[in-house]
Amino acid sequence: MSVTMQLIINGKPRSFDAQNFTVAQLVAHLNLEGKRLAIERNGEIVPRSQFADTDLAEGDKLEIVGAVGGG
Amino acid sequence: MLDLLKIAGKSYQSRLLVGTGKYADFAQTRAAIDASGAEIITVAIRRTNIGQNAGEPSLLDFLPPEEFTYLPNTAGCYSADDAVRTLRLARELLDGHKLVKLEVLGDPNTLYPNMIETLSAAKTLVKDGFDVMVYCSDDPIIAKQLEEIGCCAVMPLASLIGSGMGILNPWNLQIIIANAQIPVLVDAGVGTASDAAIAMELGCQGVLMNTAIAAARDPVLMASAMNKAVKAGREAYLAGRMPKKLYSASPSSPSEGLMTK
Repeated sequence: MSVTMQLIINGKPRSFDAQNFTVAQLVAHLNLEGKRLAIERNGEIVPRSQFADTDLAEGDKLEIVGAVGGG
Repeated sequence: MLDLLKIAGKSYQSRLLVGTGKYADFAQTRAAIDASGAEIITVAIRRTNIGQNAGEPSLLDFLPPEEFTYLPNTAGCYSADDAVRTLRLARELLDGHKLVKLEVLGDPNTLYPNMIETLSAAKTLVKDGFDVMVYCSDDPIIAKQLEEIGCCAVMPLASLIGSGMGILNPWNLQIIIANAQIPVLVDAGVGTASDAAIAMELGCQGVLMNTAIAAARDPVLMASAMNKAVKAGREAYLAGRMPKKLYSASPSSPSEGLMTK
């Protein structure tokens, strides 16, 4: 059995060759460490202080947002 | 003369608030904002690019949140729920920052605001502890209701977003200003420096703009013009203009001492 997990990140499905990882590990994997961002998991905000303690599960829907130019 | 703009308990020297969208690049954004003298700058909240461009510079690299007061907006939101969700994410993104710009649109072509959804979102956000600066139509009754809900500033449109049509209904703005106990800022529709000056002469506490600067042929120069126009308009408002008369039998030069008499 392959060890993979699928997440929906910013509306797009993405597969990962691992299971049981946290939001903090995902952020590192996506090269977003140190960037100013906010994350919503299944419609609930995950505070930055809880990234390391928040486990992700198969099918989780994540929104990763940042600030961009706007009026 | 110390004449500060006070919003939600904080004072600002500049009465010009500017957006950060539609510029050629971040360097131009920064140069224009420096020329504008703005201390409060709006930003939008959007999905982060995932993938290859990890080292790519971001807006925040050019406009550090330590130097400016960020005003996250809800541009692109068409429902109260979307607007509230966006600003909760913004608060998390900006470390608990409470000052926000609420706008809920009603039509993708005109970008006219949906005031029913805006009122609903404002109630939720105020209850949730946000300091809400709210973009609104120039309806004096709606503006008053937004104040009663607990918004910290109302920001009626001068004309439609991005239109550059200037102030189409100065009379409504005057009624809103006369009735308001909170700052009234014109947001949207300013096209050039005289529009900003007129808004300030009417008694607005400030002006928020983006396209008027970003879409000028020389955005940095227009930012400088807007900086001066807002200051000039404010001073003219404080100075109190002379009354308008159809004509006056009182010339500026003395009538006495004319050698032709």
